[in-house]
Amino acid sequence: MRVVVQEAPFDFGAEAAAFARGRTDLGAIVTFSGIVRDVADGLSVMEIEHYPGMTEKALEKIAAEAEARWSLGEVLVIHRHGRLEAGEQIMMVATASRHRKHAFEAAEFLMDYLKSRAPFWKKEHTEAGTGWVDATEEDEAALKRW
Amino acid sequence: MDVLYFAWVRERIGLPKERIETQAATVADLIAELKAREARYEAAFADLSALRVAVDQELTDFDASIAGAREVAFFPPMTGG
Repeated sequence: MRVVVQEAPFDFGAEAAAFARGRTDLGAIVTFSGIVRDVADGLSVMEIEHYPGMTEKALEKIAAEAEARWSLGEVLVIHRHGRLEAGEQIMMVATASRHRKHAFEAAEFLMDYLKSRAPFWKKEHTEAGTGWVDATEEDEAALKRW
Repeated sequence: MDVLYFAWVRERIGLPKERIETQAATVADLIAELKAREARYEAAFADLSALRVAVDQELTDFDASIAGAREVAFFPPMTGG
């Protein structure tokens, strides 16, 4: 398991290429990356606040839960904080397993949980003003299926 | 103990962190104590359904004990990913 919380951009291609490299026992790798999306009013900056210390612990706990539920050879979570522009990569997860079902399901589980159980908060800065992004009922409901 | 605030809770209270000496037994008792202090706390803690709490960096409930806790944090529902 590797969990990284950082302000700096990361190289998705390099991370994906290095992930589980050399493991001949893992037949399936799933990667997901989250991108800062533009909004109706025109996003100038997406500010991501987090809780240093707890963030890393929460992500490690979520990744450990995924490892307990599925048969995974490797797990990677990278999540950025700070000021990001539309089109920038916010985060990525990668999972590797012997067969694709485990890798796909674990990646979705990681995404659902880190959306509403890891201490990050998004604030949108647009031409119309600034505002904190509200958590949605869909995000909370997504946890119930696991 | 240290009490931390994040996102709009931090903005409403006007600071990210403060040291508080308290005899409060639970998170709810601590909130009652803070609300009695000043209007900005009253405003931040008006609707508990819009808040989450972590004690020593673990998510928990408002009836959780804070005996011996080093750090209590208040924040809105999280929006990662």
